[in-house]
Amino acid sequence: MRPLTEEETKVVFEKLATYIGRNISFLIDNDIPHVFRLQKDRVYYVSETIANFATSVSRKQLMSLGTCFGKFTKTGKFRLHITALPYLSQYAKFKVWIKANGEMPFLYGNHILKAHIGRMSEDIPEHAGVIVYSMSDIPLGFGVSAKSTNETKNLQPTSIVAFRQGDIGEYLREEDTLFT
Amino acid sequence: MGRRAKNKQGLPPSLDEFQAKKDRKDKKLEKRKREEKEVVEKAKKPKKVVKPQSDEEEEVFEDAEVDTAKKSLFDDSDEEQVGETLEDFEGELDDEFDQEEFDQEFDSDEEGRERPMFSDDDEDEENLNAVNMEALSRRLDEEEELEAEEAEAELVDQSNQPRAKILPSEEEEALMSKGPQDVTMVRTRMIEVVKVLENFKELAEEGKSRTEYISRLIKDICEYFGYNEFLAEKLFNQFSPSEAMEFFEANEIARPITIRTNTLKTRRRDLAQTLVNRGVNLQPIGSWTKVGLQVFDSQVPIGATPEYLAGNYILQAASSFLPVMALDPQEGERILDMAAAPGGKTTYISALMKNTGCVFANDANKARTKSLIANIHRLGCKNTIVCNYDAREFPKVIGGFDRILLDAPCSGTGVIAKDEAVKVNKTEKDFIQIPHLQKQLLLSAIDSVDANSKGGIIVYSTCSIAVDENEAVVDYALRKRPNVKLVDTTLQIGKEGFTSFRGKHFDPSISLTRRYYPHTYNVDGFYVAKFKKIAPSPHDISKAGAKEKENFARQEAEEEGIINGDFADFNEDDDKDLIEKSIKRNLKRKGINPNTKR
Repeated sequence: MRPLTEEETKVVFEKLATYIGRNISFLIDNDIPHVFRLQKDRVYYVSETIANFATSVSRKQLMSLGTCFGKFTKTGKFRLHITALPYLSQYAKFKVWIKANGEMPFLYGNHILKAHIGRMSEDIPEHAGVIVYSMSDIPLGFGVSAKSTNETKNLQPTSIVAFRQGDIGEYLREEDTLFT
Repeated sequence: MGRRAKNKQGLPPSLDEFQAKKDRKDKKLEKRKREEKEVVEKAKKPKKVVKPQSDEEEEVFEDAEVDTAKKSLFDDSDEEQVGETLEDFEGELDDEFDQEEFDQEFDSDEEGRERPMFSDDDEDEENLNAVNMEALSRRLDEEEELEAEEAEAELVDQSNQPRAKILPSEEEEALMSKGPQDVTMVRTRMIEVVKVLENFKELAEEGKSRTEYISRLIKDICEYFGYNEFLAEKLFNQFSPSEAMEFFEANEIARPITIRTNTLKTRRRDLAQTLVNRGVNLQPIGSWTKVGLQVFDSQVPIGATPEYLAGNYILQAASSFLPVMALDPQEGERILDMAAAPGGKTTYISALMKNTGCVFANDANKARTKSLIANIHRLGCKNTIVCNYDAREFPKVIGGFDRILLDAPCSGTGVIAKDEAVKVNKTEKDFIQIPHLQKQLLLSAIDSVDANSKGGIIVYSTCSIAVDENEAVVDYALRKRPNVKLVDTTLQIGKEGFTSFRGKHFDPSISLTRRYYPHTYNVDGFYVAKFKKIAPSPHDISKAGAKEKENFARQEAEEEGIINGDFADFNEDDDKDLIEKSIKRNLKRKGINPNTKR
């Protein structure tokens, strides 16, 4: 376990910025100081005290600490995991709410169709990171918008509004690969 | 008022009616009394005169007089007379309390004399009234008593009769061992044997010993429920015969599905509402938990609803709430869960601490940490560190915890309903090896706690009901670490732990631990013990890892296990005499003359 290097921090923050934009500063300036830690290829976001306690656990035996945000791929890119959703939804910039009839298709890993949209933020541009909620404000996942908010108004009901990148259904589908 | 009521009164009830209303008799009597106050008074007056007289003849005569007086009184046409009496006794009647008192007094005095009169007089049953009702009912009561006595005597007679043969004969047994038996027959026999064992003195067949019955019953249990003989006997010995049957039956039924609300994300009422809307039929588990819900049936898979995936609840057995409730974690503390996977208890601890402090979730099995991490993340626990040590490595890794939960790996005899494999795959060896590991784990846990902290609590729990894995382990820890003591678990339900079991005596404070059985609380079989560390021990700074500890423990066990050569000398000749004597004594006890047999 070690802190991120400058290069790694840049990659991670760039990725996070697509979903939470400037709110990224809240992640760092917190009442309780929080830090990012790299363990194996995964990035964890955790309070500093817990990170200090974790130093007594050897690298081989440390499986997880705090919240896992995602992992570095072999090519050096950073991939966000669904486990980061609590923080992403807390600071989300663009939001999409889907109706009850669209919940299950989304949780099974499908993209979001226009027919399923219940509500969405006004000013979403094209290819921006969006957080997906159910109508009762339960965060369900995240993705990128396929069209801007204005353009979606003219779309067919069956056409895709947002591409899915992560959804909470992965806790079941990807349990074997998601957590080491 | 009295007169009008009297005029409206219909025919007196027949005996049958009267008997049917017998239980309401007193009430009715009171009511009637009020209605017929005057009449009663009138009837009593002549009787009162009778009282002081002891002469038999005189009494009969007077009684007859009373009778005629009564008959005339209850004749509806006889109004003037009643009117007279009413006037006569008006003063007395005003105070009802006085009258009642007087009534009682009168009854108790008259008791002995009144009865024979009624028993002779057939008319009285038809002419039932307030006066004779009490006496009549008393008579009926007595008759009933007599009947009951007779029935009892009959029962005793029956038990003296030749007793039912329940145990199969040798030929039958040989036949049974050949092929599969009739299940219903085995079942009836089990029930019969249990009945005999409950009242062995009176129901047992002549010349059969208790052991024969028990061994037959255990064989039947193995046959009927599919246990191996060792486990069946072990479990059977934990209970009385009838309770053991209840336990075995309960193991055949699955426990209800229960879920725990994740208080980090939602409230139980909200969750229940959303799930009900999804077509789930649920209800709170019980008054002892504020976060548990019991699911009866569901139209959707309860482990794949959006709420489940969003981490609003977790599927968790009701029994596994208990150790965490006993642990009672407080905000800001550092807590270790030594065997954490799949994370039900860890996430509960985290939720109780409201994501403050720090929870170390350890599990020795790397594959199982996956589900642990998944649950921790799904439920939004942010204060956890997951590690993959052999828990005996603690406190070498890190010590000084405020509280430690040790939900020890166990044989699983409490969760047979969940995992049928336990019935056959547990052998005697398991009940030596597993407790050995549990003892080491518990000592490690004790050593990893900070004695000076506010908490200093260690909770030991297993999902087994075997004494070897529970009380014996706790007792061992109390002996090995005098700086810990047992404290009350503060759990609302549960039975006390055994302080002695089949000749083994444990520390008396073990009664503070709690046992749970599937047949009593409809939760999995479970055991919870709560320790408090009151002083530090030299072991706390021990740098020994799992391997060293294991070696040390083995060495110690070996030392303890060896019987030294100088333990005692055996004298073969002396022993022979003693053995023969005891054999003779045993034969005599059975009523056989040892000399004649030779």
